[in-house]
Amino acid sequence: MNPCTFELSSTEGKVSVADIRGDWVMGNTVPGFQSVKQLLEKQNCEQLDLKSDNLGHWDSRFVVFLFDLEAYCKGQGIVLNMEQLPDSAQGLLHQASAFPVRESGQKVLHETALLVQIGQHALGLYKQTQDMLAFVGEVCLSSLRLLRGKACFRQRDLWLIMQECGPGALAIVTLISLLVGLILAFVGAMQLKIFGAQIYVANLVGLGMAREMGAMMTAIIMAGRTGAAFASQLGSMRVNEEIDALETLGISPIDFLVLPRMLALIIMLPLLCLYADLMGILGGLLVSATLLDISVVEYFIQTKSALDLNDFLTGLIKSSVFGVLVALSGCLSGMQCGRSSSSVGDAATAAVVAGIVSIVVADAVLTVVYQIIGF
Amino acid sequence: MKQVHIEIKGLTMAYDDFIIQQDLNFNIYKGDIFIVMGGNGCGKSTLLRHLLGLKTPAAGDIYYNDANLWKISEAERKKIMRANGVMYQSGALWSSLTLAENIALPLKEYTDLSEDEIKGLAYFKLALVGLVGFEEYYPAEISGGMKKRAGLARALALDPDILFFDEPSAGLDPLSAKLLDDLILSIQASLGTTIVVVTHDLPSLFAIGTDSVFLDSISKTQIAQGPPKELLNGCPNHVVQQFLSRGMNE
Repeated sequence: MNPCTFELSSTEGKVSVADIRGDWVMGNTVPGFQSVKQLLEKQNCEQLDLKSDNLGHWDSRFVVFLFDLEAYCKGQGIVLNMEQLPDSAQGLLHQASAFPVRESGQKVLHETALLVQIGQHALGLYKQTQDMLAFVGEVCLSSLRLLRGKACFRQRDLWLIMQECGPGALAIVTLISLLVGLILAFVGAMQLKIFGAQIYVANLVGLGMAREMGAMMTAIIMAGRTGAAFASQLGSMRVNEEIDALETLGISPIDFLVLPRMLALIIMLPLLCLYADLMGILGGLLVSATLLDISVVEYFIQTKSALDLNDFLTGLIKSSVFGVLVALSGCLSGMQCGRSSSSVGDAATAAVVAGIVSIVVADAVLTVVYQIIGF
Repeated sequence: MKQVHIEIKGLTMAYDDFIIQQDLNFNIYKGDIFIVMGGNGCGKSTLLRHLLGLKTPAAGDIYYNDANLWKISEAERKKIMRANGVMYQSGALWSSLTLAENIALPLKEYTDLSEDEIKGLAYFKLALVGLVGFEEYYPAEISGGMKKRAGLARALALDPDILFFDEPSAGLDPLSAKLLDDLILSIQASLGTTIVVVTHDLPSLFAIGTDSVFLDSISKTQIAQGPPKELLNGCPNHVVQQFLSRGMNE
């Protein structure tokens, strides 16, 4: 490739001549416009003739240079004579300046002061809370319609969603809760061994799973699995204007889309939780039977005496609440999704974050409440 | 004598066992505006995907300047694909990037230009399609017509040898469609680019097309070839006549 040059000849009168040489293509070094600008400022000419007899290959890079040069000359009142340039380059330049610049279209980018930012955040938070409450309200109204038998959704959808978020999640719930039971048993066994009270591992695992970990772990799994799925399903329906289509037909998207998802999770999460409880206890049994010399029968008798149905009930109540929270945060983020494809991803993220935070907070509150009422 | 740019030899396109089109044989010449036309579902967009190297042919060959697209190494194929600019049906702009960043991305990937130069090029390409002042906008913030034009600006980013358009005038009002046609013509005139347009928009294909092929969904092959205006006046095939005259020449 021939090196590119932009040579200004000495001024004859008020007319400068610039000789453009070389291959002005990507991959070659091209004189920057800034350096040429400095040369031009020294010349102080009134007309600039461009000569391109020795111009080799050129691409957009050359035209961009001319584009900048033209804008500069216009600003300085210099007459730019481009008649000797290749026609196609002139054509492109002409095309680029053919459209009027729309002043109203300009986007204003301004930096905001810290206080303003804080204020905007606070207002945004207020608006978010408002939206959330409005959504919860709508869901309540929709549930009332359901009770009166007036809610409109397809039963088939409900069954499909139930299958997806119930049996579909069995494998991962099995794995996680078995491991959690195992971990609880290990941690407990180390401490209880000191007192020779290894048999109480059964109590620890049983109570831990039934009252706390079973509900918590399934809820967190479902927040990551189903909550995110809800958000992206509803989000992409928003992007495809499917939700608008429902609304224009007079079908409430809350009834049609949110309600079956909520119902499915409220029904399936306690069932999964019960299953996780049993799997966790099985995990504890594995550790006890293999490492602590406790027989299977002993472990079962101990577990049976340590747990009563109320313990399972506390966990089940928790998991129903978690079910509502996961479904709400998933559906809320989905319904609030923007209209571009990247906002679907944001909605899924928001759903998982909101889901997990609300699960942990609700768990803390419920545990305290249980303590107070002695449940 | 016109030079052949893309040559299609005995091409059969199929999804698994379902044949879309078979026995396609035609040449796309350098500097032409080549129209691929046909009714809905005849495989126009599938043909485009084959030409772009996104889908492997079930049978037959595609040559780019004598290089058989599916017999050369993957690296060479990537190189050929990079020299193609594509404007997708709805722009296909990356929604997390601004318009300027959308155009800058291929430049950053494949050239060693400085940040300033890339910025200048992005500005210039947006100016070419009449979107000066919209550099900082995200695709979701502009109208459908503007998205198409921005898509064209991105297709032009790397100064492609061949430009592909998928339904350029779909979803545009007549005036915007005409503006886009003019833009295609003036870009062809100044850059000498070979242009392949998939469309069934009659005013547009008569206005810009210099050569064409007609795909039929019933016989599953090409049934006419030549400049669109000549086809309208001289093609004996009933289906082509009906298509080009909107069913008037019954």
